[in-house]
Amino acid sequence: MSKTSNQKSTEPANKPTVAVFKFASCDGCQLSLLDAEDELLAIAHHVEIAYFLEARTRTLDGPYDIGLVEGSITTEHDAERIRDIRKQCRYLVTIGACATAGGIQSLRNWADVDEFIQQVYATPQYISTLATSTAIADHVPVDFELRGCPINKDQLVELITALVIGRVPRVPNYSVCVECKRRGTVCVAVAKGISCLGPVTQAGCGAICPAFNRDCFGCYGPQEFVNVTSLTRRYESQGESREHLVRLVRNFNGYAPAFRAASDALEEQSHE
Amino acid sequence: MSVSTIPVGSTVSLQKLRLQGLIDALTNAGYQVIGPQIADGAVVYDELDSLEQLPLGVIDEQDGGRYRLERSNDAGYFDHVVGPHSLKRYLFPPQETLQQLHLKDGHWNVEPTPIHDKPVAVIGARSCDLHAVAIQDRVFLEGPYVDPGYRVRRERLFVVSVQCRRAAATCFCHSMKTGPRASRGFDLSLTELDDSFVIEVGSDQGGQILASVEGWKASSAAIVDQAKEQSVQLERTMKQRADADPAAGTSRPRQLDTHDVHDLLLNNLDHPRWEQVAERCLACANCTMVCPTCFCSSVTEVADLTGEHVRRERTWASCFTAEHSLLNSGVVRNSTKSRYRQWLTHKLATWIDQYDTSGCVGCGRCITWCPVGIDLTEEVAAIRETAS
Repeated sequence: MSKTSNQKSTEPANKPTVAVFKFASCDGCQLSLLDAEDELLAIAHHVEIAYFLEARTRTLDGPYDIGLVEGSITTEHDAERIRDIRKQCRYLVTIGACATAGGIQSLRNWADVDEFIQQVYATPQYISTLATSTAIADHVPVDFELRGCPINKDQLVELITALVIGRVPRVPNYSVCVECKRRGTVCVAVAKGISCLGPVTQAGCGAICPAFNRDCFGCYGPQEFVNVTSLTRRYESQGESREHLVRLVRNFNGYAPAFRAASDALEEQSHE
Repeated sequence: MSVSTIPVGSTVSLQKLRLQGLIDALTNAGYQVIGPQIADGAVVYDELDSLEQLPLGVIDEQDGGRYRLERSNDAGYFDHVVGPHSLKRYLFPPQETLQQLHLKDGHWNVEPTPIHDKPVAVIGARSCDLHAVAIQDRVFLEGPYVDPGYRVRRERLFVVSVQCRRAAATCFCHSMKTGPRASRGFDLSLTELDDSFVIEVGSDQGGQILASVEGWKASSAAIVDQAKEQSVQLERTMKQRADADPAAGTSRPRQLDTHDVHDLLLNNLDHPRWEQVAERCLACANCTMVCPTCFCSSVTEVADLTGEHVRRERTWASCFTAEHSLLNSGVVRNSTKSRYRQWLTHKLATWIDQYDTSGCVGCGRCITWCPVGIDLTEEVAAIRETAS
């Protein structure tokens, strides 16, 4: 399709180009863009979807105005590719827990990857992988992060809107508790003694899990001022096992520095 | 008895099951009736149609960072005290669209958002909550800037308060002189006795609504005395228990020595206790969210992709967040210590300078709903003990 066909006369000239790239991930965050059904036509009107393999076969060459990156770096090839992508994008934005913190696959960082390969693959010699799963920001400078597993589509629309208008995107960095209290959800930690990560986790999901009577498991990563030690000490004093707490903190965002330090400290205490 | 109103200051009696008549009368008068009920392990406020929704025979055991419902030996409808919700959310909603703006022919048209909510009648507010509303009235209604949404909701609010007959360990209204007995700020006030409610009329609207409830009768002097004595007895108990050592396995009852607390805190801004509490504090903002007087909000403009249609949204905010003190030069209060200190010194000290009242009503919500059980009464006591 030529770029000029089927365009409305009001279509902005020189639309910013958006490219979506995937690394080690489940594709769920990219799907959040397609999930923005009500806004999708407006988005396509205001930006040029230049590279988005999950949505469109046509691709335009870079450079791009906005690069959305999903997934973590787990291979040497990916580490190369992200450096090239960085060069092509004016704004590089990571989307989701994998890209911002290494994702659930960063559990390998505490284990022996070679052993996994031997166990899982029939022909392990075909597997070429790094020993770690790391965040995009560990490899190249990142301009903005959208947290979550998956990301929230409203935050994604806010990001695109802000970048199109030319302002800083507004994404809260306070705790999930603020969202729980706004919606009137009863605190599962206080009223039920459930070990919930809400107080140390960044808002953005709308506090979905506690609203369904379960703990927050931290998929938006650490909030701005994170004090995991005080929280886990409290849960331990209520009878929670250290093993459970390590598993709780070492999850989708387990390799985010604040969570990582907390789970490592808990594990060290267990070994003392 | 068929009268159109019952005079303000009168006291009548109503058989317990007849309270359904009050719910119905309020509903018929066009109110959305809100009342205490059990949801997700706590007594919360929600829409109330039936007496059966009330938490009959249930009490709430509360302590720092802990809240549990228990069966009670008394079959009272209102033997719980305060839960995580307060009247705040019905007057100052957690999320509100203030205005909508549309760009047309190069000009911004500003449309205020009309208040569509029904008038609210709350059954079950306690003395501490009524004092909290009076404090928020000063914030939102006094001075040159009156909050239009708050004013509309407040003017239409109908309050049926309940006189507490027990106190949680986290309650310290007796210290803050905000309870336990509610003496004003209600349209109707209920005192629950074993087999009846004693109802005091606090406003003309209250008298009119009550007159339409079937089955009320004038209270005898003895019943009125019995109802009052219940509050007196509770206040005595709260004072005595705070001085006595708690029995093994029970929670420590709270009290707060308010003597000169304004100068005490402001003269001790560098007290080492602030560092110590910051080691425990999660900066999660729960205390400010559940506080019935905390009034901070954040206003953001939410634009669509064209930038031509904008909603001005107000949401509850907190001094424990970075955005609260974000200026051009960056975040002013850049440590948990500075944020906790800001909250407590405002609540108990500079609030007095600003609004001529303490910002604390002694409801204890910030103690109970702090995930790690930080207790402001303990913090103030610790500073007092080693004040400079």
